[in-house]
Amino acid sequence: MKKTIDIVRSRAIYIFLFIMLIFFSIMNSNFMTANNLLNVAKQVSIFGIASIGMTYVILLGGIDLSTGSLISLVNIIGAYFMVNLNMNPWLAIAISLIISAAIGFANGWIIATIKMPPLIVTFASQTIFGGLAYIICNGRPISRFDDSFLKIGQGYLGKIPIPIIIMVICFAVGAFILTKTYFGRYFYALGGNEEASELSGINVKRIKYLVYSLSGFFAGIAGIVMLSRANTGQPNAGLGYEFDVITCVVLGGVSVNGGSGKILNVLAGVLIIGVLSNGMILMDINSYMQMVIKGIILLLAVGSDCIQQAELLKAKKAA
Amino acid sequence: MNAIDSILEIKHISKFYPGVVALKDVSLEVRKGEVHALVGENGAGKSTLIKTCSGAIAPSEGKIIVNGKVFDSMTPALSEQNGIGVIYQEFNLVGDLSVAENIFLGRAIRKGIIVDQKAMEREAKKILKSLNIDINPHTLVKKLSVGYQQMVEIAKAVSQNAKLLIMDEPSAPLTNAEVESMFAIVDQLKKNGVTIIYISHRLDEIFRLSDRVTILRDGQYVSTLNTKDTNKDELVKYMVGRELTEIYPQRGSTCIKDEVIFEVIDVCGNGDRNISFQLHKGEVLGFGGLVGAGRTELAELIFGIKAKTSGKFLYNGKEISPRNPKEAIDCGIGLVPEDRKLKGALLGLSIKNNINMPTYPRISKGSVIDTKKESETAERYKNEISIKTPSLNQIVKNLSGGNQQKVILAKWLAADVDLLIFDEPTRGIDVGAKHEIYMLINTLVEQGKSVLMISSEMEELMGMSDRIIILSEGCIAGELKKEEYDQETIMRLAST
Repeated sequence: MKKTIDIVRSRAIYIFLFIMLIFFSIMNSNFMTANNLLNVAKQVSIFGIASIGMTYVILLGGIDLSTGSLISLVNIIGAYFMVNLNMNPWLAIAISLIISAAIGFANGWIIATIKMPPLIVTFASQTIFGGLAYIICNGRPISRFDDSFLKIGQGYLGKIPIPIIIMVICFAVGAFILTKTYFGRYFYALGGNEEASELSGINVKRIKYLVYSLSGFFAGIAGIVMLSRANTGQPNAGLGYEFDVITCVVLGGVSVNGGSGKILNVLAGVLIIGVLSNGMILMDINSYMQMVIKGIILLLAVGSDCIQQAELLKAKKAA
Repeated sequence: MNAIDSILEIKHISKFYPGVVALKDVSLEVRKGEVHALVGENGAGKSTLIKTCSGAIAPSEGKIIVNGKVFDSMTPALSEQNGIGVIYQEFNLVGDLSVAENIFLGRAIRKGIIVDQKAMEREAKKILKSLNIDINPHTLVKKLSVGYQQMVEIAKAVSQNAKLLIMDEPSAPLTNAEVESMFAIVDQLKKNGVTIIYISHRLDEIFRLSDRVTILRDGQYVSTLNTKDTNKDELVKYMVGRELTEIYPQRGSTCIKDEVIFEVIDVCGNGDRNISFQLHKGEVLGFGGLVGAGRTELAELIFGIKAKTSGKFLYNGKEISPRNPKEAIDCGIGLVPEDRKLKGALLGLSIKNNINMPTYPRISKGSVIDTKKESETAERYKNEISIKTPSLNQIVKNLSGGNQQKVILAKWLAADVDLLIFDEPTRGIDVGAKHEIYMLINTLVEQGKSVLMISSEMEELMGMSDRIIILSEGCIAGELKKEEYDQETIMRLAST
């Protein structure tokens, strides 16, 4: 009996996803079509990609509020390179990604070396890079890209939209880093207990640089996909994206206290948010109400995590 | 036994958790005015038992009788009303409030809606004076040392009219000097007519303080003895359930080689000054001294946690200056820290992950872990030092203190270090597991590794070390050879 409960608990997120799929397919006959489901996946691909870096950051017990601004900034610098400087798209992408990883690194450096709280550091960089995006483009959107570049966000491989493929590849790489490399082990170790990790010979600072760099890097990829898909670089393109990304990660069961979580569950969290948004649109729920519902879901997700932690603590004390 | 003589009677108390019997049919009677010690190994059920009395948990079966009143279970409010106070290991104090405010926390003396600060400080002064505690009630609690904070806790309990005070390992967080002051307060409490249940690992304290002592083992009542009619060996036997013929196992005298593996030359920094010594291959070098004498600080310097300001470390004749623990480990140094749960083990991770933690870069190709090697290493060292676990994937949090300590040790063996620093290796570990840790230390030096052992337990220090260096206020106060060991000499040197 207890075992069944444990299994249900560990699979809760998939069960929740399944129930939602059924619910929306009953509510709207257009929901459960291949086209619509692919549409859902395409819509979530951007913050899905960004959620991988955020997963690492939250695993470490940190937070990255700069994700949305980074997406905006990459939108603008990518567009600026390609349109204003007429740069080769691939080179522009490479440079944009390097810049976004470097910004992440800067966040990590300040957090690890100056020991400022991640919340404040990334909040400040959110403001800085959000502003920078406006400065670079003078507040005006940039558009008219090469067709080859637009394929990234709008093209298909067979029947499957390329953003979905990019997201799947990113998740595969993300899962590989987390489960197969020793860096992944160190992320968990650090999130569980920083001091004990350091005394076990982990170079804590370096791991933090790496994690925040990865967070920036994945946000950069998300920004590129978004730019290609929208066919225009907007200085406010990523506004508020960090909220969706954090929701997905926490919904995916990554503990906000750090140290525990699985990346595949984060993918499920991403899909839940996607299904929810799509289903609510199909049901004609207005966008303000959607915000309310998403906020409640974030609370519920963190709440259940906290309750579980409290139970664990209780069980530990009892033993 | 009639009800007038006993302040607390526990009758046939059991506490079941799913899959675990924490207490089984425990009965116990505490007489008015006595100091009643409660001893037992970790997990013997001491804490669970007092929590049933304080109302923190409800027993599954049995009765609790306080001053003749019979209860099936207590609640925190009920136990307070009936004059039971508990001093837990973690204090319930607010650092930014004054001593007086803490003593009257939640029961502030008021004039209308305004807190009467003066009256509170006056009352607090009275209570503190009755206990011979010399603290200004106006001081902020966060400015007090741990010892004084504990006294504030005691004063708080007294102010709530506690007639029965339960103290859970009160000496654990204290320095030796603070322990003495705490004893004086316990004596004073007894004089004032307060009954005390005193829980401790340290048998010396039991003999110093208690009138009677009750032993628990594996959640069951073993025996209650008059303290003056028993001795340490008997208590240990009851606690462990077997004779401990040799707590400190002997090792071959051929262990120590002439070869010097580690040398410290005139090192200063982190509060330590002009530290010089040599450590031989196969030697256990003990570090004695009072808490705060600079022993842990020295370990921090050697392990690269803090930077030295001058001096040299020579490892195998070569100068090393590790800037962080990783570099120290790469040189071949390992640290088993004092606070196992906070600094030593990664509690949320598996045994396998813990053992491999420093070694991961070595067993990875590129950065991809060779999982076969990972399991092999963990398996090998699990067997070598007999960590008791059904699975290497067991989370370390779920292991006993002794087994956690073994996991930390296994980690260093896997990392192939030759110099191990133990900081209070057996603190908070029960008697049976202590013996095993000592055996392991012996095995290590027999294999040619060298050990620096910081210990505040005099017997452990003398029982295990080949040589003892005593630190005092950051300087070496003296060095003793085995034949010169003597508790008084060590204490004298430590307090110079």
